[in-house]
Amino acid sequence: MSTPARRPRRRWTGDYLYLFENLVMKDFRVRYRTMSLGVLWSLINPLVMMTVLTFIFGRVFGGDRPPLFPVFVLCGLVPYNFFTLAFLSGTLSIVDNAPLVKRVPVPREIVPIVAVLSHVVHLLIQIALLIVFTLAFGLRPTAAWIWLPVVWIFYILFICGLSLGASALNVYVRDTRYLVESFNMILFYLVPIFYSFEIIPARYVALYQFNPVAAMVLATRNILLDGKAPPASLISNLMVASAFTVGLGLLIFLNLKSRFYEHI
Amino acid sequence: MRAERLPSGAVRFDRVTKSFAQQGGPKLLRERLGDLLASSKGRRIEVLKDTSFDLAPGESLGLVGANGAGKSTLLNLATGLLDPDSGTIDVGGRVGALLELGAGFHHDLTGAENLRIQAALMGLSRKDMETKFDEIADFSGVREFIHEPLRTYSQGMILRLAFSVAVCASPDVLLIDEMIGVGDQSFKELSHRKVQEMRSAGHTILLASHSEDLITSLCDRALWLERGRVMMLGNVTEVLAAYRTGSHNPVP
Repeated sequence: MSTPARRPRRRWTGDYLYLFENLVMKDFRVRYRTMSLGVLWSLINPLVMMTVLTFIFGRVFGGDRPPLFPVFVLCGLVPYNFFTLAFLSGTLSIVDNAPLVKRVPVPREIVPIVAVLSHVVHLLIQIALLIVFTLAFGLRPTAAWIWLPVVWIFYILFICGLSLGASALNVYVRDTRYLVESFNMILFYLVPIFYSFEIIPARYVALYQFNPVAAMVLATRNILLDGKAPPASLISNLMVASAFTVGLGLLIFLNLKSRFYEHI
Repeated sequence: MRAERLPSGAVRFDRVTKSFAQQGGPKLLRERLGDLLASSKGRRIEVLKDTSFDLAPGESLGLVGANGAGKSTLLNLATGLLDPDSGTIDVGGRVGALLELGAGFHHDLTGAENLRIQAALMGLSRKDMETKFDEIADFSGVREFIHEPLRTYSQGMILRLAFSVAVCASPDVLLIDEMIGVGDQSFKELSHRKVQEMRSAGHTILLASHSEDLITSLCDRALWLERGRVMMLGNVTEVLAAYRTGSHNPVP
C-alpha cells in the first residue's frame, strides 16, 4: 500500500486505564441518564423476552420442553442480547465518535473497544439476574461456576475483534450497519435460545459448532443448568474464535485507520 | 530510521506533503462498487506541499493565510491526527491542541464528568487530575455549576470549561486554531492573557489566526501559507506586510 514507511512517529502517551474508565463510564451514563427507569431497563428487557418465549414455546407450542425452561431461555438471551447490542455499538463507534476521532489523537483502536466494554456494566446486571433465577429455581452453585468469567472474557474479546473490523469498514461503507442489523436478526434463530442443541439434525450441527454465540449459550447452560464445566472442545473453539477475530479485526482496522479522518 | 529525539517543546516539519482524496466523505455500497469497477484511483488534492520549518522550545509561530491555505491541516498534522504522505514530523513532549473547543463534550453529562473525560483524552493520569481538578474548575469560573449537566450551561461557560482543561494540562506544545477569535470579549481577554502567560513560561506555541493583532502580540515568527505552499517564513512584521500586499519571497 502507499502508506509512508516511517509510521509510528508519535504515540499517544497517557493513562490508558484512566482513559478507558472515563470513556466506558461516559457511554454508560449517556445511555441511561436520560431514561427515567435508567439501568432497570437492562432487567426489564430480558425478563419480558423470557416471559414471551416461555409462553410461546412452553405453553402455546407445548410438547417436551427442556426442564427449567425459563432459566434455559434466559441462558440463551443474555449472551445473545449482549452480542447484538455490543456488536452494533462497536460497528457504529468510529462514525458516531467523529468529533473524538477528528479532534483527539488517542489511538483509534480504543473507540470500538470502549463501545463494546460500555455494555459490560449492563451485562453484569443481566448475569446477576441470571444467577438469581438459577438459584430461585433451586439450583446450587458448583465449582464449575468459576468457568463463567473465563468464557465471558473470551466471548467479549471475540466481540471486540468483530467490532474492530466492522467499525473500520463502516467508515468506508456506511451500509455495514444494516448488514450487522440483519445479521443480528438472523442470528436470533441460529442460536439455540428457545430450543436445545440436542434437537438439531446432525447435518446442520456444523452451522452451530463454529458459531461462538451458540457456543457461549451452550457453555452458560453447561455451567449454570448442569453445574458442569463446559466440554474442552467448546472452550477451545471459543478461544480459537476470539484469537482469530481479534487478529483479523486488528488487521482490517490497522489497514484502514490512516484514512478515517478524511472519510468521517 | 529513527531520528534523534527532539527536546520537549521542539517542533520539526521536514518536507511534509499531505493530500486528500477528492472523493472523500460517506458513501453507500452502490457508489463504492461503482468506484471499484471503474478502478480509477481518484484524484487527490495537495493541501500541504513540501513544508519545512523548525521551532525551538519556547518559540511561538503564527500561521497566516487565506481560508483553505492549509493552516488547519498543518495543525492537525502536528497534533498527530493526520499522517503525512511524505516527509517527517517530529514533536518533542506533550501536545495540547485548542482546535474546536468543546467538540468532544456531551451535553447530558455534568461539567465535572466532561472535564475528567477531556483530561483523560489529553493524557492526564488519575493522579494528575486529582491534584489539578480544583485548579481547572476555579479557572473555568463555572465552579458552582460543575455538577450540573452541560446542557444547562451557556455557550460561553462551555467555552471556558474547554479552554481551562486544555491549558491547565500544561502541554509542552500548544496548538491553537482561531480559538481566541470565538467567545465574548471577556473570554477573548482571558484566553489571550493565559496564552501570553504560557508563552512567557516557555511553552511552544503554534497559532493559526486571521487576526494580525493577535499574531503580532503572541508570536516570535510568522509563516505565510498559500494553497499549501510556504510563501514566506520569518519576522512577524515582514511576513504580515508581505502577506498584506500579496508579494512574496519564496523560502530558499
